[in-house]
Amino acid sequence: MATKTIPPSRGPAKTSGRDRAERKLAFRMTAPSLVIMALVAAVPIGYAIWLSLNQYSVRTAGLSRFVGLDNYIAALTSSEWWAAFGQTFLFAGLSVSLELILGTAMALLLNLAFKGRAVLRTVVLLPYAIITVVSAITWQTMFQPNMGLVTNVLSTLGLPGGDVVWLGEHGYAMAVIVMADVWKTTPFAALIILAGLQVISAETYEAAELDGASKWQTFVNITLPLLRPAIVLAAIFRTMDALRVFDLPFVLTRGANGTESMSMLAYGQLRENRLVGEGSALSILTFLTVMVVSVIYIRFGGGNIRDVAKEEQ
Amino acid sequence: MSTLTAERTTPELATARRAPKRRLRGESKLHPLVWVFVVAVMAFSLIPFYWLVNTSLKKGASLSKGELFPSQPTLENYLVVFQNPEFLLALRNSVIIAVVTTTVALVFASFAAYALARLKMRRKAMILTLILSVTTFPAIAIAAPMFSIWREIGLYDTLLGLIIPKLTFALPLAIYTLTSFFKEIPRELEESAYMDGATPFVAFRKVILPLAVPGLATTAILVFISVWNEFLLAVTLTTSPESRPVPVAIAFFSGTSEFDQPLGTISAASVIITIPLVILVLLCQKRIVSGMTAGAVKG
Repeated sequence: MATKTIPPSRGPAKTSGRDRAERKLAFRMTAPSLVIMALVAAVPIGYAIWLSLNQYSVRTAGLSRFVGLDNYIAALTSSEWWAAFGQTFLFAGLSVSLELILGTAMALLLNLAFKGRAVLRTVVLLPYAIITVVSAITWQTMFQPNMGLVTNVLSTLGLPGGDVVWLGEHGYAMAVIVMADVWKTTPFAALIILAGLQVISAETYEAAELDGASKWQTFVNITLPLLRPAIVLAAIFRTMDALRVFDLPFVLTRGANGTESMSMLAYGQLRENRLVGEGSALSILTFLTVMVVSVIYIRFGGGNIRDVAKEEQ
Repeated sequence: MSTLTAERTTPELATARRAPKRRLRGESKLHPLVWVFVVAVMAFSLIPFYWLVNTSLKKGASLSKGELFPSQPTLENYLVVFQNPEFLLALRNSVIIAVVTTTVALVFASFAAYALARLKMRRKAMILTLILSVTTFPAIAIAAPMFSIWREIGLYDTLLGLIIPKLTFALPLAIYTLTSFFKEIPRELEESAYMDGATPFVAFRKVILPLAVPGLATTAILVFISVWNEFLLAVTLTTSPESRPVPVAIAFFSGTSEFDQPLGTISAASVIITIPLVILVLLCQKRIVSGMTAGAVKG
């Protein structure tokens, strides 16, 4: 592949010729990646759309009939879809808000010069290296009845929650799922926000100090607005990720007690119930939901992905 | 966004580069409340680790009572894990899948990223947006059709059948991270190569690639972690221990018998696969931070 991409050398003196050669080279260098991405992203999604328009026999392999939008209508009129939809957004709303608040606070801490900052940075980064499944197991051990640290401490102190089967009740189970997510992914939000924090110039702060602004005033009137693009960017990445949540509820509750996410519902129909058409329709609905949210973010979010992409030019 | 990208900084580089002595002299003058917050953040990050290790060292009554410090710490759970052939197979599968996927993604991405970072090209913004948006696709939309296609053509429940769809997310991640690394390399170096009559491709191979080794290494780490971590494709497209990677094996891990409380062994398995990743973070902390923010802040 490497040798094929060498362009025919044109005279380096002719700029337009070199331009054309450069564009040709650029095309040859990106084409393999774009072809692969078309094969592993566009083709499967196209095929999923086709599958979602058919009904497949559970008993006889290969037997199917075209049913149009029936699978979508069935999904959109089912309480399961809307329950999963609601739970996914509840999870995303809770976890992303907490991650942004905590992440901003962490970023502010990491931006201070104090002894132990390097240690703090390492410690904060550790949960990021944990695979999500292990993060789920870790928090399961924390909240397991009798065995868990949190349940034990709560019951020793006589506080409510000590004798609760956390993963057995909706609100409590959702709290554990959110905590496991916040634990693992806040470092990501913090580092993006920290990068935004570090490009705010020291002069800006000095000017504010000269004007006699208090620390809080400086934070609200200077730091936060200048930090907005970084926070929005962290919010976009975290929201897109939270809306496709699967691993955490899969390990912690298997979707029981009303914690099933959109991805889990589609997975269950497809793998456990062998309903290929219905499962594909749910996958496409999940996909469309996530894409609509990202478009809304990009349109109204302020700091946006398209600007970043444009700047790359 | 321009404020973020105008000056290409990673948290690590920024502190190193600008670290004004003035500010450092003011260190440890933190308000006591800020210290409380520092300690709280550290506790929140570390205590769950402690509890996972703690749980992995206990069995029987000590486990079910939830002792804060194991009264009779035992490595038995670890022995059970290492004697479990399915866990060892899963480790092998994960290593193969992650290494192959990362290598393939990096090879293709380095070409694409160079073109996107340096060469004149039509519709560059559109291509970058497209690549970035693929990384946000919900994996179920790929897993569902792949499940059907692979069962038709016999790739279901094979390592290759998992490596291919993992590229859906690994390749765009690699392209994006590498693009921002390539942009950091000073242009003058290529210009002088052009002066010597080199074509853009020769400049890429002889000048840029050698300089980009740190960026390639960072990208490899990030892609490796992300492939290692991925769960939905893995659980949808595999069914037997021969092709299951670690996250799936752990999620379905059960005790030695159905009367056994498996949480001890599951915790031990979790600790075992976490240790290499923790070491990786400790050794390559700066790289990981710069890669995460490069891929993210730059796009």
